[in-house]
Amino acid sequence: MADILLDNVSFTYKNGYEAVSEVSLSIKQGEKVAILGQNGAGKTTTVKMINNLQRPTKGKVMVGDKNTKDYTTAQISKEVGYVFQNPDDQIFHATVMEEVAFGPRKALKLPEEEIKRRSERALELTGLAGQKDENPFELPLSIRKFVAIAAIIASDPDVYVFDEPTAGQDRAGLLTLNKIISELKEQGKTVITITHDIEFAIHTFERIIVMAKKKVIRDGTPEEIFHDDETLKKAMLKTPYAVRFARELELGETITTNEQLIEEIVRRG
Amino acid sequence: MADKIIELKNVTYTYPLASRPALKDISLSLEEGKLYGIIGGNGSGKTTLCITICGFATKFEKGSLDGSVLIKGKDVEDYEEGEVSRMMGYVLQNPFSQISGVRETVLEEIAYGLENLGVAPEKMEERVINIAKKTDIEELLLKNPYELSGGQQQRVALASVLVLEPEILIIDEPTSQLDPEGTESIFKIIRTLKEEGKTVLLVEHKIDLLAEYADEIIVLENGCHIKSGPTHEVLIQRELEEHGIQLPQISVIFDELKKRGKDYGAIPVTCEEALKLLKNA
Repeated sequence: MADILLDNVSFTYKNGYEAVSEVSLSIKQGEKVAILGQNGAGKTTTVKMINNLQRPTKGKVMVGDKNTKDYTTAQISKEVGYVFQNPDDQIFHATVMEEVAFGPRKALKLPEEEIKRRSERALELTGLAGQKDENPFELPLSIRKFVAIAAIIASDPDVYVFDEPTAGQDRAGLLTLNKIISELKEQGKTVITITHDIEFAIHTFERIIVMAKKKVIRDGTPEEIFHDDETLKKAMLKTPYAVRFARELELGETITTNEQLIEEIVRRG
Repeated sequence: MADKIIELKNVTYTYPLASRPALKDISLSLEEGKLYGIIGGNGSGKTTLCITICGFATKFEKGSLDGSVLIKGKDVEDYEEGEVSRMMGYVLQNPFSQISGVRETVLEEIAYGLENLGVAPEKMEERVINIAKKTDIEELLLKNPYELSGGQQQRVALASVLVLEPEILIIDEPTSQLDPEGTESIFKIIRTLKEEGKTVLLVEHKIDLLAEYADEIIVLENGCHIKSGPTHEVLIQRELEEHGIQLPQISVIFDELKKRGKDYGAIPVTCEEALKLLKNA
């Protein structure tokens, strides 16, 4: 179990640039949370502090009962797995299988049988079973992203952080991603995802955190966020089509997803 | 009838050492001044199509090509050295590969191509500044290209090609690192290129935006050209989902409504079309 707590956290780079300013958040074990916001809003820096890749320059970050400042990144990353925005920042092995087995073998030092079981399960879930002997660097970027995801799944942390997993994905990739996230959710894992894809956020996550200008400006359900015009404007987010069409048809302010829109129109006949 | 600016005749292309061709028997005819959206699943051949059209596939990748690629009626292989690259600008999928690495500021990076074209220094500065305004990177001009974020690099890569003022632009996933606002601004820049009469080939996954901006759509699957035509006509075909193609949300919503007995008389693909139908209902 690893509830996450960010208590008045700021991060300033050595050159004086402040990337995150006084953010407080709590995420319970098992929640599915999307983080939205413009480039430069502080999203990546915030999640890197959860995983201890970056340490807050002010405030504290708790993962379960551990204050991250008292632990190494390697220790915290056993509980919080971070999938990089650019898979090439993460991948370094010559085959997909070696890459995926690295965490269970070297960081967790598991028995060979368990390494095999976990790696195969991770490859299965990410749709890479047929590519386990290939060199990750010969695979397209969109597939390399799944190699990076599989490597974290094999390490089986309590908390998963995905940084823009939808970028460059095609329809098949998006479907696989949704399958992975719902499987992790079923296992009681926490899933925190940075994304620019509003539809993905609405359909896959139950809670959305909106960041703008280094701060969290709104935290709520997709319904609350996407009917809050002021927040959308501040974070430069578009109003979803379903909300726009529902307003046009005067169907009220409760419709957020395309499915809800279709149901309501059909119901009214 | 507009002029055919690019024609592919039975093009099959195989990368060196590959067991299967990456493009199979593709015939296409593209008209001057239009914006073409190229779509298809990952690995369907979109980028290979781009590099085949501009001649890189044979020249740099050194794969084998059957059939012919004609630019303004002349085989791409028959042009003089440098002629094709003056006519055609290519913005790579990975902005990091586009940046030359031999210049220390964004300003010099953008001017690099102009130096190679022999443009006079005083003209050069003017062109760089104009293009920087257009792509909204003025404040980055004195930074090192490698210090930029992925989204900023994508803009610089686009600017470094646009500054050369090519007639044809091939742009491979220019918005993958950008937020919605940045994405929209790139699409707006691309629209102005079209208004200037340029022909644009755009590889892009963001189908809702292609629905708004593209004139025509070309659909690839496993290296084959499976469909093409006017944007609206192509993007209302639900069966394309079975070929791994994401359709615009709007066309899917209205198609579902039609199946459930609520027919608005047409299937829209853009927000504007949809709002019009809803108003008239």
